[in-house]
Amino acid sequence: MQQLNLLLASLPDGILLGFVYGVAAMGLTLIWGVMNVINLSHGPIISLGMFGAYIVFIKMGINPYLGLLIIAPLGLLLGVLIYVVAVHRVINAPHLSSLLATFSVNMIIIGLGTAAFTTSPYNVDFNMGSVTLGSTTLLGTRLIAALAAIIATGSLYLFLYRTRPGKYIRAVANNRAAAELMGIPSSRILALSFGLGTMLAAISGALIATFFPFSILSGGGYELKSFVIGVLGGLGNPIGALVGGLALGALEAIVPAFMETSWVPVIEFGLFILALLVRPNGLFGAKE
Amino acid sequence: MTLLLQVQGVTKRFGGLQALTQVTFDLPAGEIFGLIGPNGAGKTTLFNTINGVYHPEEGRIVFQGKDVTKMKPYYLAKMGMARTHQIVRPLNELTVRENVMVGACFGHENQHLASAAKIADEVLDFVKLSSRADQLAGSLNVAQKKRLEMARALASHPRLLLLDEVLAGLNPSEIDGMIQMILDIRTQGVTIIMIEHLMKAVMNVSDRILVLDYGEQIAEGNPKEIASDPKVIEAYLGDPKLAERLMEDD
Amino acid sequence: MRNWQKYIGIIIPLLVVAGLMLYPTVTGKAAARETAFTILKAIALASSLNILLGYTGYVSFGHIVFFGFGGYVGFYLLSSQGASLWIAILAGGLSSGILAFLLGKAILRLRGAYFALATIGVNEAMKAFINNFDLFGGPTGITLNFKTYLAYGGASKALEMAFFIVGGLACLAIIMSYVIRTSKFGLGLLAIRENEDAAEVMGVIAPDAKTWAYVLSAIIPGMIGVLFFFKNGNVEPHDAFPLHASIELLVMVMLGGQGTVLGPILGAFAYQGMRGYLVTSDFFKDIQLSVSGALLLIIVLFIPAGAVGWLRKRSELLRRVLA
Repeated sequence: MQQLNLLLASLPDGILLGFVYGVAAMGLTLIWGVMNVINLSHGPIISLGMFGAYIVFIKMGINPYLGLLIIAPLGLLLGVLIYVVAVHRVINAPHLSSLLATFSVNMIIIGLGTAAFTTSPYNVDFNMGSVTLGSTTLLGTRLIAALAAIIATGSLYLFLYRTRPGKYIRAVANNRAAAELMGIPSSRILALSFGLGTMLAAISGALIATFFPFSILSGGGYELKSFVIGVLGGLGNPIGALVGGLALGALEAIVPAFMETSWVPVIEFGLFILALLVRPNGLFGAKE
Repeated sequence: MTLLLQVQGVTKRFGGLQALTQVTFDLPAGEIFGLIGPNGAGKTTLFNTINGVYHPEEGRIVFQGKDVTKMKPYYLAKMGMARTHQIVRPLNELTVRENVMVGACFGHENQHLASAAKIADEVLDFVKLSSRADQLAGSLNVAQKKRLEMARALASHPRLLLLDEVLAGLNPSEIDGMIQMILDIRTQGVTIIMIEHLMKAVMNVSDRILVLDYGEQIAEGNPKEIASDPKVIEAYLGDPKLAERLMEDD
Repeated sequence: MRNWQKYIGIIIPLLVVAGLMLYPTVTGKAAARETAFTILKAIALASSLNILLGYTGYVSFGHIVFFGFGGYVGFYLLSSQGASLWIAILAGGLSSGILAFLLGKAILRLRGAYFALATIGVNEAMKAFINNFDLFGGPTGITLNFKTYLAYGGASKALEMAFFIVGGLACLAIIMSYVIRTSKFGLGLLAIRENEDAAEVMGVIAPDAKTWAYVLSAIIPGMIGVLFFFKNGNVEPHDAFPLHASIELLVMVMLGGQGTVLGPILGAFAYQGMRGYLVTSDFFKDIQLSVSGALLLIIVLFIPAGAVGWLRKRSELLRRVLA
């Protein structure tokens, strides 16, 4: 009974958090789906999103949710820049090259970020009140973050399915060579996709910053979570990423009701390896 | 007459696609067996099923008296089955000699490195690639890569050799050289199945021919019988030029 | 002359290690020994990783898991079971080898980036598990009783001994790497690297060959782990399974040239040297990670074959001499 109460208290919170995880994973999985690159600079970009929220809110006094309108385009531009500088040349090289290229971007961002912000924790103290439903208290920041995540997902889908560049992205993801033959400028589409993936990472970082303290190194943990979610949901499948994010959020809320919290990562990564082995294309079905 | 290979009612599906339907034939040792059919008839799929890359849903494959239906390619290689690929697969960053040594080391003969190097040099001599032995395989042109595929297969001293379109993309003089090579290999006691689009070559070289169309075996017999088989001509009618050539060559 | 040329591929690397082992004795500085220890450790780890990465073509992003796991097992025997350092080192290597064997059977079926992701998962799962494993001290880890060093003639003698052992392990890693590179087994691995399907058709039993390559690449990291924690006197999950150290190893192998015996050695040397310089330089100190990252990026983009690979492509003589 006590466990059930605990569960009721923590599960909605975990699911709300899961939406934000989902957005981060969607960024990773979009890039993988379009160009078969695992973006190891994902974590530091999430961190940059967190610091983006900090600068916008603490330094400039702008509401962090409005600030997303500044952070998102900056994330997009950063992603395009990373693609052009670091990824484009190795897009057809063996996996090791693109893994190390994006990891070198990771090192560059962490290095500059450490010089600028040190590695000590920061905080965006932003209070949106809370809603109480029975024994459950939901923080306003989390509710709005989940809402923002849903809006981001919806916009992504509208973009991918209703706009010309979006359709181009899907065409390139499906078969780059054929898309090129049809006259789709694949390099620009790849850059755009990388930009979108990066933008989603930055948005998720900004949302996380509204309820957890963070440092320049914090993104690494969410990057690993994105891997887990991406694999659970099927790499290359954005909706799978959202579902996977919710599943992970729920898992993180359920496990502590039964065992010590420190077992959560053991279960997460155990599940991750198992999913890779049993269903490398994801538990919820995915591309090819 | 001993049977080297028996293919019995082999059926292979990919999802809803029926790639091979009840293919059956016996192959006595020492024959050259031609495998023809229009594009997409399932010829390469049959090779992949024989050498264990795919496993058939139905039917049996018996090699040297042993049921090998579920066996992996490497065990078949060790039993004496070697093949070339239609799309060449050179080990690019290894030298030409090293490529051939892989065949000698791990195939039927299971040689040590030193003896494998010797075999490699002999085989490279045979396929006329000796002068390229120390080059990286990736630097060869397509015709040379085809000969390299052949050399790798021969280096294992196979009992059965599966040749997948080794003539495609070669010029007429290269084709003559390759055909002579195939005949020489046969005289060394190697049984051969060859997939080929060049009718003239198949007709001249093969003892028997099997025709596949949409995964079905529509004819089997000696070149003469095949050329006059109405079903074969019909199958090729989609491509009248091919049918014409088939007739001419007779 | 021919014979001499034949073995130069192993002679040069061993001379490098010998030089590193003599360097602290010649200069007589303790700091020099510390530097040499770090480089030798990197050489041993990078050469081991190269067996999987360079020869077999499987990218392991979590190779440090063998360093951590073997290190934990050996260190536990050393500190809690009273085993000697030698037994502990052997046990560390053995347990990492067994772990690699079991893991290999499962995850080596995955190809390309999926394998790389799985190795990250394995490392993180192991770290999280050890964090909860009471026998190994959970999150606080294990600390060595200072008295243990007495058996080896006191702390300073023990440190000196550790230095010579790490040199020995580096030599062992290099010899192993060379023997594999020039063996039939190694030829099979190279064939898998170039085209796994073609290799299988030619008779290479790829699942077995890959598993043994994984095992062989895991043993020395396990031994090094025991030695490193013995030298430090304690072990914690955070120090045992640092993901970034895995990636640093990849960088070293890549820098020097994957798939060559000499490459990982030069790479380890260059990377540690550069890092040592950047960390101590007033100008670069704060952004040393960024500078390393930028250099890595330049290498990945423009010299992906690494230094030795680049040289080997230039001339046939070098290709024969630089194994």
